Amino acid sequence: MSDTPNDPAAVQALSEVRVVELGGFAAGPCVGKHLADHGAEVIRIESRVALDGFRTNYPPFKDNLPGIERSALFAFTNDNKLGVTLNLKTEPGVRLARRLIASADVVIENFTPGVMERLGLGYDVLASADESLVMLSTCNQGATGPRARQPGFGTQLTALSGFIEVTGWPDRDPSLLFGPYIDYIAAAYGACAVLAALDRRRRTGAGCHIDLSQYESGLLFVAPALLGYFADGRIAGRSGNRHPTAAPHGIYPCRGEQRWVAISVHDDDEWRRLRTALGDPPWAATPDLDSQAGRKANEEDLDGHLAAWTASRSRDAVVDALRGQVVHAAPVNDMADLFSDPQLAAHDFWRPLDHAEVGDHHAEGPPYRLSATPAVIESPAPLLGEHTHQVFAGLLGMTEEELAQLDAEGAFY
Amino acid sequence: METMLPYRALDLTGELGWLCGKILADWGADVIKVEPPGGDPGRSAEPSVAGSDGSVSLAWLAFNVGKRSVVLDLEDDADRDRFLRLVEASDFVLESFTPGYLGRLGLSFERLRAVNPRIILTSITPYGQSTPGAAAPASDLEIMAAGGAAWLAGDPDRPPVRITEPQAGAWASLHAALGTLVAHHYRQNSGVGQHVDVSAQAAVVTALAHAPYFYDLNGEVPARHGPFLVGRNVAGVAMRNVWACRDGHISFAVYGGVAGRTSNRHLVSWMAERGMAPDWLLAVDWDTFDVTALTAVEVARLEAAIAPFVATLTRREFAEEAARRRILGYPVSRADDIASDPQLDAREVWQDVTVAELGRPLLYPSGFPRFGSTVPRLARRAPLPGEHDAEILGQPVAGQR
Repeated sequence: MSDTPNDPAAVQALSEVRVVELGGFAAGPCVGKHLADHGAEVIRIESRVALDGFRTNYPPFKDNLPGIERSALFAFTNDNKLGVTLNLKTEPGVRLARRLIASADVVIENFTPGVMERLGLGYDVLASADESLVMLSTCNQGATGPRARQPGFGTQLTALSGFIEVTGWPDRDPSLLFGPYIDYIAAAYGACAVLAALDRRRRTGAGCHIDLSQYESGLLFVAPALLGYFADGRIAGRSGNRHPTAAPHGIYPCRGEQRWVAISVHDDDEWRRLRTALGDPPWAATPDLDSQAGRKANEEDLDGHLAAWTASRSRDAVVDALRGQVVHAAPVNDMADLFSDPQLAAHDFWRPLDHAEVGDHHAEGPPYRLSATPAVIESPAPLLGEHTHQVFAGLLGMTEEELAQLDAEGAFY
Repeated sequence: METMLPYRALDLTGELGWLCGKILADWGADVIKVEPPGGDPGRSAEPSVAGSDGSVSLAWLAFNVGKRSVVLDLEDDADRDRFLRLVEASDFVLESFTPGYLGRLGLSFERLRAVNPRIILTSITPYGQSTPGAAAPASDLEIMAAGGAAWLAGDPDRPPVRITEPQAGAWASLHAALGTLVAHHYRQNSGVGQHVDVSAQAAVVTALAHAPYFYDLNGEVPARHGPFLVGRNVAGVAMRNVWACRDGHISFAVYGGVAGRTSNRHLVSWMAERGMAPDWLLAVDWDTFDVTALTAVEVARLEAAIAPFVATLTRREFAEEAARRRILGYPVSRADDIASDPQLDAREVWQDVTVAELGRPLLYPSGFPRFGSTVPRLARRAPLPGEHDAEILGQPVAGQR
């Protein structure tokens, strides 16, 4: 591939698209981040009246010292964007937001349904100035229906959408997935939806208001389980690392503290290759294990033998030995391992950035590489209001006198 | 309203990439599944449902709805020519073969581009096209492990776990759809197609929220805590987020911030109505309550007070009352809860689709997102192998059906 990561001269796929973003946390701003990865000019509106919860409420903060410019969550959700402050509780603040949006192709917001209307920034108002506007409103459960305005966080919404029930061990409480798993589904899906709407606009001139329910987006990822229920009433459950047919299929301990390896065998040939990798131990020679049904029936014993073999070896040695025999195997990467994983590195996934207060840190590039227009991640997340002057004086061409007057009216708080 | 995506995609993917074409098909694209003789082997993968002619994979049905199908043997010269003629008339090619396989068949990106300079080739693999060990076999389990998701899930005293319902293909496919649409946007402006190289492993990392950044910023490695929430409290305290109720589990946490304060207050007043709120809990000043600074002892005391109350509730009761009382939480839904959720009914999410293999309809989730008045609906059921050979190829093709 002719990919040259972070070559600022490289052509960017979305460079002519301007996006204005309102809201906070992950669900809205991650949509903008996906577009900013490819050169869209994403202008994030914030206000000191109500700071993004990611700036204030969630660790990690750099060196564990809380501070509105020290949040990792804010930093890796908003890199490559411009940041302005506007107080939308003031008339001039709303007027400026409208003016900024009138210059944009896309608006993204993730307030509770009804908030944009109350601010005077509802789709009808905005589209009356520009009928080609594409606006994405993303919220927990959609803009309509009896629970449209129920507040909630993505971590719990992940449970509503069915993921938590099917995570963990059958004899234990379900397990969490650490964070707002579903928000990241809805954000990537939302970015797809914005691009689909921009495509239609290119052909027809018509914009639209996209109503994205994060809950519904999550159903995409559990659709097979839902079809299973409708087919015969079965309720999908959690089964640790078990698979319906494959065995062995599990995560096994390796030498050292909390080192684990994932191994699975999907057919009889692969089982023979695994035996070779293990050095043909006597326990594996049992004819019972030659068939998938036999291995599945004996999976508890298989797990015990495999775990005994892996436990005395380093994780990477196990992975190498098994991959050498073309057996399914992978390290269970912990959060440190991800930053030294050779495959993620070769895929240009982690992108280095230098932030004024967070310092050197990483942001995520897209998980896909584009051969002609590789993503360029070049600027860290904005400091609060960092680009206010640049945007209103530069992009909108406002005079210093106008800006001073608006500032005196509290528009930029 | 005009169709969202009036374009054609040739979908050569296996399980890892099925959802990518499905997303495009949902929004109007003509997605043609190109299957090998005998059909996509994933058609019979487990879990499956019994049909009139053998069992059919639930994932197959879920992620190939809306597509047409042709059977072509890409290892056969005549069929490969037929495929290249389809490429001439298509906008996207989606594939998930082991890196290098298409090139060995003479179907590299360069070859496809020679036939159609505007073509976008999207390749979906576990680790990307050109990473070290890119060809190593990986199923959902290995990708969830390599992508860090397994490390974060499960109980501390047992091994890490994957999500039992496979997810890696969905993550890879979703980002493949995004990359494909980004490349499409550029192509419509420039006339230039390109190769989109998706790593499923990297796609899974995007699901980890802020967990990797504890290491990136501060050298800390957060780990799995089962039903407990970590990474929300500066002191590192774990807080219960999955609670046993009368008939299963519910999910909520004692949160900070304005929304959390309101939620906590409403939960305690609900407990008080049932006579289950201890005096010290009633006396908490939620306006000054700071969840980020709670100690382990304080968190344990809160949990001990709340758990007995939660144990008296059903999933449905919590779902309804949490919505009514503006408490930040939801049931830990099972498939039957989702299937009967009035919110989804009101949103008209369920669409009847008659499944050929079953000879009867199933309800599919559809209709999202809403593009103004355009509500996307599934255009057709999942195809039988080669069902559209005649209409697409216009003549019989080589190879066994």
